[in-house]
Amino acid sequence: MEQTLVKFYQTGTFTVGNRLLAPEQRSLQSGAARSNSLNSGHRACQGCGEALGARYAIDAAMAATNGQLIAANATGCLEVFSTPYPETSWQMPWIHSLFGNTAAVATGIAAAMKAKGRSEVRVVAQGGDGGTTDIGFGCLSGMFERNDDVLYICYDNEAYMNTGVQRSSATPPAARTATTMPVGPNPGNEFGQGKNVPQIAMAHEIPYVATATVADLRDLEYKVTKAMSMHGARYIHIFVPCPLGWGAASHDTIKLSRLAVESGVFPVFEAERGEVTGVLKIRRQVPVEEYLKPQRRFAHLFGKKPDVATLARLQARADRNIRRFGLLGE
Amino acid sequence: MKMQKPFAITLDVGSSLANHTGSWRTERPVYLSRKPPCNHQCPAGENIQGWLFHAESGNYQEAWRTLVEDNPFPAIMGRVCYHTCEGACNRGQLDSAVGINSVEHFLGDEAIKQAWQLPKPVASSGKKVMVVGAGPSGLSAAYHLARLGHAVTVIEAGPLPGGMMRFGIPQYRLPRQVLDAEVQRIVDLGVRIEYNTKVSNVLESKLAGGYDAVFLAVGAHIAKRAYIPAGDSAKVLDAVSVLRSMEGEDKPLLGRRVVVYGGGNTAIDMARTAKRLGATESIIVYRRNRDKMPAHDFEVEEALQEGVMIKWLSTIKQAGESSITVEKMALDDKGFPQPTGEFETLEADSVVLALGQDVDLSLIEGVPGMAVQDGVVQVNGHMMTGHDGIFAGGDMVPAERNVTVAIGHGKKAARNIDAWLRGSAYVPAPKSEVAGFDTLNTWYYSDAPKTVRPMLDIIRRQSTFEEVQGGLDESNALFEARRCLSCGNCFECDNCYGVCPDNAVIKLGPGKGFEFNYDYCKGCGICVSECPCGSIKMVPEDI
Repeated sequence: MEQTLVKFYQTGTFTVGNRLLAPEQRSLQSGAARSNSLNSGHRACQGCGEALGARYAIDAAMAATNGQLIAANATGCLEVFSTPYPETSWQMPWIHSLFGNTAAVATGIAAAMKAKGRSEVRVVAQGGDGGTTDIGFGCLSGMFERNDDVLYICYDNEAYMNTGVQRSSATPPAARTATTMPVGPNPGNEFGQGKNVPQIAMAHEIPYVATATVADLRDLEYKVTKAMSMHGARYIHIFVPCPLGWGAASHDTIKLSRLAVESGVFPVFEAERGEVTGVLKIRRQVPVEEYLKPQRRFAHLFGKKPDVATLARLQARADRNIRRFGLLGE
Repeated sequence: MKMQKPFAITLDVGSSLANHTGSWRTERPVYLSRKPPCNHQCPAGENIQGWLFHAESGNYQEAWRTLVEDNPFPAIMGRVCYHTCEGACNRGQLDSAVGINSVEHFLGDEAIKQAWQLPKPVASSGKKVMVVGAGPSGLSAAYHLARLGHAVTVIEAGPLPGGMMRFGIPQYRLPRQVLDAEVQRIVDLGVRIEYNTKVSNVLESKLAGGYDAVFLAVGAHIAKRAYIPAGDSAKVLDAVSVLRSMEGEDKPLLGRRVVVYGGGNTAIDMARTAKRLGATESIIVYRRNRDKMPAHDFEVEEALQEGVMIKWLSTIKQAGESSITVEKMALDDKGFPQPTGEFETLEADSVVLALGQDVDLSLIEGVPGMAVQDGVVQVNGHMMTGHDGIFAGGDMVPAERNVTVAIGHGKKAARNIDAWLRGSAYVPAPKSEVAGFDTLNTWYYSDAPKTVRPMLDIIRRQSTFEEVQGGLDESNALFEARRCLSCGNCFECDNCYGVCPDNAVIKLGPGKGFEFNYDYCKGCGICVSECPCGSIKMVPEDI
């Protein structure tokens, strides 16, 4: 009998917690004592993936550092919805930087702590994809290159949502944004442009690079905890759906993250010193259409005359991720 | 005024808790209990998901206690129930249904092994109830009535309790010590059973005993006959009598070649019993085909495995001393068998008829108000006959005839009798919506195959009356219980608490579940989408 190979649903690794699990087997988020670093009352939209991802990540970092954590935060949705003066949702030391210099501000905090001999205090920097892949990219690359003792977390919702859904270098091909309208021969965002920052980070050969999504809490907590156990420059890129910017239902935030992983659109992996050391395998593979269809930013690909050619190109991109990272199989 | 604040700060720092984002909401999530499809399906009205919940954590006694709230015969059920619950199980659409019946079997056996006792009755009501018939329906009613505080006397025509559970179901399906143990527990509650007493007139017996109410559950024990031209020396028997005589000292002599006539579960039981009595050939003759056969598929399958043969689309035209003549049939457009005029001879030492059973209605003859139709007693929605204060259930009323249905009748009748005795009418709890497969988020349940109960070796099964369906051991039972998806009922997985982007779910601690903090809940609905078991739903706000 192969009972040892079978996971019972109660003790499986998919739910947040479970009454039948020992406390150490539950996720940090299942505990009533989680730090709730990003508290209630923030002004993020209904079903905001970034608010969820930020609490998941920062709570895990707080737990890993016994609460000795300082965050620097780039301008963007996360900063705007969490700290309308004079209120704050952050239950931790937190500083708002400019749009483009969060990595440098975090570097400065880390240097200050070092100078003061406060080796127990750790530093995270966080920002959206705009502040990370576009505007703050120079500071970020510098932080990597100097191997500063900072964990940089990018919450990727694939456009400038705060200012009205403009394209960023993380916007996927064919997606509609305010600046890539679905008109002309190639509607939506162009193919063949944009940046893959996790891979650029790997090219710096920093100690740790990882991707994660809000669909897999345990994987996300594992990666943040692991990153906080290391020193030097570390980078985690978290996929966070945006109901408003993507034209998706607010209750589909986690489902869309799951479909992005299961279709191969967003590969989840970790890498040390530039080499991939682990990937999250696809459990129930789905075609990319299943991921694209619930989002109005891709609506122009469907309808009465589906844009079969573009869909095929998007599927090919996902298939390439699956091949490249070996996302299928045991 | 001199500022006491840090550089460039002019206001006190405040928390965002001042901002009640709950005001944005147009819909609110609410926790609810939906009815699991297994519970919905169970003819005995068991709270299956409820007892599996306790079994999942290894608390078998609590599981058993939850089970016997509805059905006092878990060990019997684990052996003879046709477990239609498993056909309704949502897990069947994921990998395969939860082995509910095998866990019930385990719990029933564990209770007998550990000598767990049924809960004591509430304070005496001072009312006396007569139950006629100590079969599954009568004993179930007696159990529930006793727990409700009534003094119950069961009048049984036969020498032993159990009814068709003893005189109809063969020992290889239900060992008698299991039956005896579960009946004894009911007797231990204070239920009196009078054996070898036949009620010839229900009104006279009611008056003589000073009973306030009566529950009739005499079953259907008269074998239906069919006219078959037979020679003087032909041996034609009926299955009810043969199976009944299996309980006595002298086992029936059927010969080496036995033909059973009929297509129900009794025909199957009969053919398998004949095989165990030493018949080299045990052949079922049935006038229609397998699709139309009323017997349950798994029983047909087990019979075939044991070497029972089935002659489909055939009727017996004539029976002689050592052979019978059968006529081939063909199904017409409406699915009815029609004769073809083609005949065939089969060797047979005896023919056993298993063509269904009729109810012995002599005890209600002349009772005013009593309505009989198609040979069964008519009852209303409260299980009461046309005569005030006389209720009926089991095989003698219009319903599917099996042990589980009968037990369900007993429970339903007991609740109605209790209400009637107290001068009111029983009002069942309002029906909650059924937790269908589409209310689940199955991503969170990993796949796991059903544990297969060890089957006795085929050869051993053919020659003895030892139990055919083995039981699960503890680790298997726990495994099986944990495959339950907990449809429609929170199992405290913490998903809602974890996935809320607004920290608007309050965790109340083990066994207490969760609560929404509507001050901050924005109504995004992620908790509903990510609840594995469909125990949260969105309802519109009044705006």
